[in-house]
Amino acid sequence: MNDTGHHTDNHTDNHTDNHTDNHTDNHTDNVYDALGQADHEGRWAYGAGFDETVVEVTAPAPDGVDREDLAVYCLMLADDALVASQRLSEWATHAPELEEEVALANIALDLLGQARVLLSRAGHLGAAERFRTPGLAAGLSDEDVLAYFRDDRFFRNVTLAESDLGDFGRTMAWILVYSSWRLALMTALRGSADPVLAAVAAKAVPELAYHREYAAGWVVRLGDGTDESHRRMQAGLDDVWPFVTELFLAHPVETRLVARGVAVEPASLRAAVDDDLAQVLPVATLTEPTRPAVGLVGGRGGRDGVHTESLGRVLAVMQSLARAHPDATW
Amino acid sequence: MVSTVDPDLWEAAAAVTDPEMPMLTLADLGVLRSVAHDDGRIVATITPTYAGCPALDAMAADLRSTLSAFGEVEVTVTLTPPWTTDLISDEGRRKLAEAGVAPPAHIGPRSTGPAPLTLAAPPRRVDCPRCGSADTEELSRFGPTACTALRRCRACSEPFEHMKDI
Repeated sequence: MNDTGHHTDNHTDNHTDNHTDNHTDNHTDNVYDALGQADHEGRWAYGAGFDETVVEVTAPAPDGVDREDLAVYCLMLADDALVASQRLSEWATHAPELEEEVALANIALDLLGQARVLLSRAGHLGAAERFRTPGLAAGLSDEDVLAYFRDDRFFRNVTLAESDLGDFGRTMAWILVYSSWRLALMTALRGSADPVLAAVAAKAVPELAYHREYAAGWVVRLGDGTDESHRRMQAGLDDVWPFVTELFLAHPVETRLVARGVAVEPASLRAAVDDDLAQVLPVATLTEPTRPAVGLVGGRGGRDGVHTESLGRVLAVMQSLARAHPDATW
Repeated sequence: MVSTVDPDLWEAAAAVTDPEMPMLTLADLGVLRSVAHDDGRIVATITPTYAGCPALDAMAADLRSTLSAFGEVEVTVTLTPPWTTDLISDEGRRKLAEAGVAPPAHIGPRSTGPAPLTLAAPPRRVDCPRCGSADTEELSRFGPTACTALRRCRACSEPFEHMKDI
């Protein structure tokens, strides 16, 4: 008994000592530090950090194509995806069912993936330099600089991307219109003279087709559902409608790049979007809205950096922490 | 620039497993494009499954760590040609099914025209990876990872993941 007791005491003491030692070590070498050490340094807390980019990004601009125009066009397509992704992620923890939350987060993630390559391409073409203020860590990736340290008037996204998602019905109308339009754009962009745009587009097409199918299914289910779901689905579509016109207007940069075989003529996408809606709306027992267009001030809109107040709120959520603590790592 | 292929290198890189689907190696998944000695360094090239796949960084880190036994390693990412589930090997499909994940169907060459929107798409036939029944239904079009959807078998009542055909 005594021997056993003695043993136990020793064991307990040793255990306690070991435990204390470990505990002390843990103060300076916790589990998160260990994760960071695998990469030999802490990761920047908000984005890609300093990782290498996709190889295609460093391809030279095609012959005869103005680098600055190409960078602006990459920003337009990147911002359409980045801002839409940020908006859609607002549904995280708020969706009506876990399955829909996962779906919306997945769609947001796919769009973020498109945005990252396009921002890197814009950065490779020089678009990030003016936003590298002295306070930023040297070597921070171009995509992070462009996503976190650029003010709203330098964002080139269409107004739809920043517009409120509203309720679930409006969100489904929003995704249907957005993915139908972007799918048509990316389908045509696969033939772009710029290898990065062509590569991003080829990757994006099947993903966007999947998003469109998901949204179309919900628009039909809610539109052709109960009186209440029909009413709210129609209201959601009505609310999204004013942002549709802008999708098909060409900015001078787009027009110049269309002539070089790099960009897609926005007006040429109208037929594909109309076809999709003509298929979905009757089955959903919804009526095509007639509300007038918004999003343009004196003919200028999101492509010119002229935005609604919504973008400022979206960017405040996305950027404020990185701007307050630009050196944070984990 | 001297670039040479080394079977030992390929074998080591090909054995690295996917961080989200650890039953598959990067080679099974079809994301490992090449591994070669290049000017004294080792260059491994991978392609993402989905453009936003969050596992890509982990894949690159695992490759770097595995190949560091052979020398200085650089991991590059290429988007071209885009990955599709058709690139998952037969061995990979077998391992997926064995782990309870229904493998994707073969989709064949991708159309170059516009993707049609089909509201009344014929239901996909996805066999239950547990009991083999073809009587399964979709629970959710999106699953816990970017590349999977959720289904349930009506015969054995078990839910299972299905690798989306893309």
